[in-house]
Amino acid sequence: MSFELSDRVQAVPPSGIRRFFEIADERDEVISLGVGEPDFATPWAARDAAIASLEQGKTSYTANRGKTDLREAIADYVADRFDLGYDPDEEIIVTAGASEAVDLAFRAFVDPGDTVAIAQPSYISYEPGVIFAGGEVLPVPTREEDDFRLTVEGLEEAGADEADVLVLCYPNNPTGAIMPAEDLEPIAEFAREHDLLVLSDEIYAELTYDGEHTSIATFEGMRERTIVFNGFSKAHAMTGLRLGYALGPADAIGAMNKIHQYTMLSAPTTAQYAALEALDSCEDDVQEMVDQYDRRRQFVLSRFREIGMDVFEAKGAFYCFPEVPESFTAEEFAEEVLREQGVAVVPGDVFGTGGEGHLRISYATGLEDLREALNRIEAFVADNA
Amino acid sequence: MSEREVLESLRENARYSAADIARMTDLEEAEVEATIEELEAAGVVRGYQAVVDWDKLADERVRAEVELNVTLDRETGYDDIAERLARFPEVKALRLISGDYDFDMEVEGDSIREVSQFISEKVAPVPEITQTVTHYVMTSYKENGIELGDGEDDDRLSFSP
Repeated sequence: MSFELSDRVQAVPPSGIRRFFEIADERDEVISLGVGEPDFATPWAARDAAIASLEQGKTSYTANRGKTDLREAIADYVADRFDLGYDPDEEIIVTAGASEAVDLAFRAFVDPGDTVAIAQPSYISYEPGVIFAGGEVLPVPTREEDDFRLTVEGLEEAGADEADVLVLCYPNNPTGAIMPAEDLEPIAEFAREHDLLVLSDEIYAELTYDGEHTSIATFEGMRERTIVFNGFSKAHAMTGLRLGYALGPADAIGAMNKIHQYTMLSAPTTAQYAALEALDSCEDDVQEMVDQYDRRRQFVLSRFREIGMDVFEAKGAFYCFPEVPESFTAEEFAEEVLREQGVAVVPGDVFGTGGEGHLRISYATGLEDLREALNRIEAFVADNA
Repeated sequence: MSEREVLESLRENARYSAADIARMTDLEEAEVEATIEELEAAGVVRGYQAVVDWDKLADERVRAEVELNVTLDRETGYDDIAERLARFPEVKALRLISGDYDFDMEVEGDSIREVSQFISEKVAPVPEITQTVTHYVMTSYKENGIELGDGEDDDRLSFSP
């Protein structure tokens, strides 16, 4: 028989970077700057805790919402780092990666026909997530001239005052943009005024290089209308362990838990032990990684300027977002530089409106490789000028 | 502060150019060059060497860690003994340490015979040295902060969200 796919699945186009995988596979010696995950291993203390939990046979389900001590540790951590106060019993849920938390929120709060405004360019999974939930996506482009920050004018132009949900991702994947408190304040006001639920993905919060990260949930009247997502993949280099969490008012987290308990049951137990240790004792490891990313960030930004490609001053996450020369589209540039020079980068278009004409460059790669990759990009630009 | 940043970069990889370090630290290239020159002139940076994984070469080097115990007298101090030992080209590192013995000495040679001969003929006869214990290096896993061996392949996806 042939499978008759649901309309929702058919509505999601294939991934924009699939073709690039095939080209990368054909070539030897590809240096990839297309990877959105740390090149560091999970800190040893966290790995040890995971190993110890396995040795002790701690391999059963945990509470649906996650281990109590982990939720308590998360509550302490977000209070200390980001001034966010949440009750570990009712306002925190531990999930299989922040991705699951985002999906739970779409499914819990988006009805068919609801409009979800997404500040773009942004992480590629939000849009399919909305479509799987039956909602409609309203792209809200951000622009380089605004430092890729979301503005009230941008929201109004896109018609987001009519939306039901607003999705934010700052520090941003793919631009590396951050939203300082003074820029978030008017967005919070807009959300209150137009009664928007805000889904704020703050997975890169620790990777903020200039100043401190501010969560939109800390503004007056925002806690009750915001779900904050975070997790251990990026700052704690635990992508493969799949552990994230969501923070929000008790009834909202309860609704997300309802879906979670019937689908995932509970987040991976081994990973929960690792995460508990990561919060408990890996602060220095995180700082060390953040310092390294910062040095690489400066290196990459400086090299792009030397190459003569305009590049936005990324201040968060581990990406930078240079503009391709005018004679290329982003996709052409990415394909040609991969074929000719063996450097894998992601065209900005795949991250939605506002990403055209740009490349996402991940600097979660060792400096030696970064240096070589940028030399090759320089040669490519010189050859094709 | 710039001294510290430059030193950390050089210790990570002494082949980083001044331009590379400038890009990483947000200092001016000329400032990095001047800092390196000052550090060299002041004897803070004493030299630059390659970290070698000898196991990868056919003509393997033999290396030994040697514990040395000494007795001091009125005329001879640790520095005097150290000065004498450090002159031998076979000695790659020499440190005065606390604990059960006095000096920790790294020796390198082309064969076990050569290293043994050096210790018995050149080191042991030094009058103040009362005991030598030689440990031959069998495998080295990490040198100067750099892990040796093949390492793990990066099996991350070439693209990911």
